[in-house]
Amino acid sequence: MSVFGEVPQAPPVAVFKLTADFREDSHPQKVNLGVGAYRTDDCQPWVLPVVKKVERLIVEDGSLNHEYLPILGLPEFRAAASKVALGDDSAAIQEGRVGAVQCLGGTGALRIGADFLRRWYNGSNNTATPVYVSAPTWENHNGVFGDAGFKDIRPYHYWDAAKRGLDLTGLLDDLEKAPEHSIFVLHACAHNPTGTDPTQEEWKTIAEIMKRRKLFAFFDSAYQGFASGDLDKDAWAIRFFVSEGFELFIAQSFSKNFGLYNERVGNLTVVAKDGDNLTRTLSQMEKIVRTTWSNPPSQGARIVSRTLTSPELFAEWKGNVKTMADRVLLMRSQLRSKLEALGTPGTWDHITQQIGMFSFTGLNPKQVEYLITEKHVYLMASGRINMCGLTTKNIDYIAQSIHEAVTKVQ
Amino acid sequence: MSVFRDVQQAAPVAVFKLTQDFNNDPFPNKVNLGVGAYRTDEGKPWVLPVVKKVEKLIVHDDRLNHEYLPILGLPEFRSSASKIALGDDSPAIREDRVGAVQCLGGTGALKMGAEFLRRFYNGNNNTKTPIYVSAPTWENHNGVFNNAGFEDVRPYKYWDAEKRGLDLAGFLSDLESCPERSIFVLHACAHNPTGTDPTQEQWKKIAEVMMRRKLFPFFDSAYQGFASGNLEKDAWAVRYFVSKGFEMFCAQSFSKNFGLYNERVGNLTIVARDSDNLKRVLSQMEKIVRITWSNPPSQGARVVSLTLTSPDLFSEWKDNVKTMADRVLLMRAQLRAKLEVLGTPGTWNHITDQIGMFSFTGLNPKQVEYMIKEKHVYLMASGRINMCGLTSKNINYVAESIHEAVTKVAAGYC
Repeated sequence: MSVFGEVPQAPPVAVFKLTADFREDSHPQKVNLGVGAYRTDDCQPWVLPVVKKVERLIVEDGSLNHEYLPILGLPEFRAAASKVALGDDSAAIQEGRVGAVQCLGGTGALRIGADFLRRWYNGSNNTATPVYVSAPTWENHNGVFGDAGFKDIRPYHYWDAAKRGLDLTGLLDDLEKAPEHSIFVLHACAHNPTGTDPTQEEWKTIAEIMKRRKLFAFFDSAYQGFASGDLDKDAWAIRFFVSEGFELFIAQSFSKNFGLYNERVGNLTVVAKDGDNLTRTLSQMEKIVRTTWSNPPSQGARIVSRTLTSPELFAEWKGNVKTMADRVLLMRSQLRSKLEALGTPGTWDHITQQIGMFSFTGLNPKQVEYLITEKHVYLMASGRINMCGLTTKNIDYIAQSIHEAVTKVQ
Repeated sequence: MSVFRDVQQAAPVAVFKLTQDFNNDPFPNKVNLGVGAYRTDEGKPWVLPVVKKVEKLIVHDDRLNHEYLPILGLPEFRSSASKIALGDDSPAIREDRVGAVQCLGGTGALKMGAEFLRRFYNGNNNTKTPIYVSAPTWENHNGVFNNAGFEDVRPYKYWDAEKRGLDLAGFLSDLESCPERSIFVLHACAHNPTGTDPTQEQWKKIAEVMMRRKLFPFFDSAYQGFASGNLEKDAWAVRYFVSKGFEMFCAQSFSKNFGLYNERVGNLTIVARDSDNLKRVLSQMEKIVRITWSNPPSQGARVVSLTLTSPDLFSEWKDNVKTMADRVLLMRAQLRAKLEVLGTPGTWNHITDQIGMFSFTGLNPKQVEYMIKEKHVYLMASGRINMCGLTSKNINYVAESIHEAVTKVAAGYC
């Protein structure tokens, strides 16, 4: 008899199951529009040229060793990463009230932030503090906050399926009605999965209510630079909130904008009222990190840190990021025009209005099923597609397939 | 008013505070015998030659990219790491009932194992299941299991301060009297901080009681190869338990034996009754990994995996490991000899009887304080020293300092 006899089989994570099904599919024209990773026009993963260059520099650097990093991570990485989010000229940084924790990708940053908030925010025991996540949101948000101990995770209105855009009224209404001190998980840019971001004016309204109602802003920033091709543009919302005096967290991921998915490069930026509050907060973050992974991995942080702190490498990196963002923008515009040329029923401007890696096509579950089983085009049940999966070679097939799905399946 | 105003300042982690104090000390002959990392005879960190070689291979391999690893980690790493622990010829591996989760160092492996056990071992809610850790143990064991939700973390008798050795009778007594199904954290070899391991005969007794009383073994294996210089020898206890039919976890760290401290290379090896149980366990591990770090970092796992799976590199690695282990053994022998020559009161054979990176010197807190303040020799308040901090250049100074501390400071140092 096994001590594990009662352990139930867990269902697979949907997005990885999709990729597993895709791999087993032998259809010659199969397309994977599932997992969120960049692909070249040859549908290959892309190691950024600047990354390859810096990896060589690191391996040849005899002054480096493998001694433990500090618990909070590589100091140069933490500072450079926070600067990228808040801006070189950030007043908050100058005022000594910005700190950071190097974490395991965006997930790790969310996790450490959530663990901290559950222990220390709004009184010492926050299991009952509501955490609001957008409807819909990245599927792992619920899991991370739930496992950190929050018992009350609620959706806030976000996606308006009928008009295929932001449900601003619903969002603002939820902000007005949320209990004071609730925590709101905000997507800094390139909302996952809808690709729909508030405009600057809309962000201002959101911020006004959040400040008035004492709501805590926890930004998830996984696509800075990747969304518009411009780092500052993509950080506008975060910087606006900071300039409005918010204390907030930003979970930054360098998985996408550096293509360093498997080195787990993330940073939890903490903006506090002043240096003293920041110090105490970071000291408690250390305790949480120590019992989770002790101290973070070096390789990815070194690559990012070197790149961000060297003017030439930084410029080269921005070029690489723009390459990725531009290809996505090209695919967006081509997909839209092909659907319009085909006369596919419905409106398709949302494809170019949405931003970042993902598009919420508006396809319903039956149409999605048709695409997968009949056309071997793999996408999430929500209708989310990864624009990076589109190439000049498969875009006609995809447009045609969407056309069929929409016309044949109601 | 800050939302963080009620956040208390946390006390620093003792071992890092010690290193910080050492770094701030301007004394020319200062010695750091605190943090557990290998040092060369020049007192420097050591990047293993085989690691440097493999890192170059990796950077020049254009077939590699940075796509996400599977949630459970790099498959070649997981299987080769488990093989190292259980042996190439392990029947359990052949019987398909061994699996693994690539984790963030030994800490991450303990964390994943703890999170799983709290959810699924012995019924669904294990917050009350006792976790036993040795007295003393690595200071982070308590924190990891507590934070995973276990409310009842207890000590089991281990170190006998008087005889400076294993308190086997106490240990066995705790095994006999604890609640059935309790979880025991066992150090696979090179016990931290005492350097004192059970003998093979003693392990057999421990295993017999644990089997009879249905206790769960959770091995912490951070020093395989590093302890004796021999991988198989250092894995004897783990393999013995597997051969006795235990289901168990083994948290492996490659920080020390590969010198890859900062790449966070760890592996949680799982031995189950059969592959069906294993499969269900791994599926739940995936869920836990997903909401903690999503998937693990690649670099360190690639280095270890390439090394373990290439006969030449594996051989080179074993030599590098032996180099480290041998230097430690030399320092042990020399320190003991010098103390005996100095006629330092007490017996000092425990220094060579103990194994691995650490030695529990037996110095009391006041003597430790003397060592730090008066001699600028930094060690843990428990009297634990890291043998790697000793070099041919500082060993005389350290031996003399210990001699002074023992002769000048009994209980009443002021």
